[in-house]
Amino acid sequence: MADHGTLEQRLAQQGISRRAFLKFCTAMASLMALPPGSAAAIAAALAKAKRPSVIWLSFQECTGCTESLTRSHAPTLESLIFDMISLDYHHTLQAASGFAAEKSRTDAMQEFYGKYLLIVDGSIPTKDGGIYSTIAGRTNLDLLQEAAKGAAAIIAIGTCASFGGIPKANPNPTGAVAVSDIVKDKPIINISGCPPIPAVITGVLAQYLTFGGLPELDHLGRPKAFYGETIHDRCYRRPFYDQGKFAKTFDDAGARNGWCLFELGCKGPTTHNACATTKWNGGTSFPIESGHGCLGCSEPDFWDAGGFYQALSMPATPLTFATGAAVAGAAIGIGVSLANRAKKSAAKKAHQAATLDDLEK
Amino acid sequence: MSLENIAIKLVADDAFSVGSVTALLSEIAAQLEKLIATGETSLIDLKSLPFAPGEYEQLRQALGQGEVTAHMDAIGPSEIAETQYPGVWWLTHFNIEGDIVADMIEIAPFPNILQSQPEDVRAGLERLQSMLAPPAATND
Ligand code: SF4
Repeated sequence: MADHGTLEQRLAQQGISRRAFLKFCTAMASLMALPPGSAAAIAAALAKAKRPSVIWLSFQECTGCTESLTRSHAPTLESLIFDMISLDYHHTLQAASGFAAEKSRTDAMQEFYGKYLLIVDGSIPTKDGGIYSTIAGRTNLDLLQEAAKGAAAIIAIGTCASFGGIPKANPNPTGAVAVSDIVKDKPIINISGCPPIPAVITGVLAQYLTFGGLPELDHLGRPKAFYGETIHDRCYRRPFYDQGKFAKTFDDAGARNGWCLFELGCKGPTTHNACATTKWNGGTSFPIESGHGCLGCSEPDFWDAGGFYQALSMPATPLTFATGAAVAGAAIGIGVSLANRAKKSAAKKAHQAATLDDLEK
Repeated sequence: MSLENIAIKLVADDAFSVGSVTALLSEIAAQLEKLIATGETSLIDLKSLPFAPGEYEQLRQALGQGEVTAHMDAIGPSEIAETQYPGVWWLTHFNIEGDIVADMIEIAPFPNILQSQPEDVRAGLERLQSMLAPPAATND
């Protein structure tokens, strides 16, 4: 079993300076969507944080969530996974197989009973006794119930584990359900998305590992720091939406000018996720930046919510404009940008308060 | 290979700007006023902002290059440069693979990360003293 000392001790043993550690914490603050000034608080928390055992169970899923995580950029996966956690079981990433693999899972469950972090991706089939997905001859349902018992908390990664996702789409032949439909007595964090943004997966993990407690969650159990706003709230095409400038087809002049994709089926107004700011592929872009509307993949039942190219019937709530010394006299676009920023920083402040509280516990 | 190695050159298109750059410059001006009045420093995380394509490059152009640049090597390189506006610093931190892990503007007389940290100063002094200490055999 790996050593479970604090991260700071291990970094010091490797001859990593305090300045380098502060840089690492600055990157972590950015990753966790915390205010940039929180690096010092993170450093203090990490100095005390122990490296928890993590058991990762993959159920009815396509491995896209794991693929997404292994392509996360910041901080590197290695530093996060191998320095911050002890990943004791992940059947896709681990070298062991067969009985040895299952043994490492049961060993970790025994040794760290009540303390390990359980990560689940994929939905759980329940029809016909759950026989539609099994690992080592046991149903996903059985494995989840067993592993959940000794878990300190559960992180449901991806829309399948969070809400049932594509396996649950009509007509749901396997009776697929979400983790939260099965486990009722443990704290569950949902990191939805199909797949979730890699930096959001690592950001939430880092948050849990740094501060120990659960982050502030929305009514669907998602961390507010990443899911507190809609894509539409933070979309750079928003000024065009507010001016009523819409692309009507994917190759008209409006589309070429970067106008709003609402009429082409964009689900941004009803979708909560961080794509518009965190972006994908190491911050390169996100679907709307590539000219395609949002599919709404981080929301429950997105697969059955009408066609991807069908416009939402309900107009989004109009944005209220912020006023402030810095915006006075600014053009409309700037007003929008700052109003959105003000909301974001309010969300961040709320978030920071929660985490600093955690620190004082 | 990191994504930064793929040669894609973004061309800033003024017609496309949705105003984030001007908004950000106004915010920087407000933070500079605060720095002058109260000495309070601030940080802006550029990764949290919804830039339209090309706007990031527009911001670089607008802030320009000042008198000081610094290179730091601590679990990957970091580039730190004062912009043409004194007190406004652009900090880009990379990891060992060369991916950007933090990108921010610091409004301060001097970026905090460049200062020697007390823990490192103490550790350095210990190393220096142990080097200066005469070997035990000749200590009479
Ligand atoms: S409808 Fe879609 S493209 Fe249009 S502003 Fe909202 S999120 Fe952006």
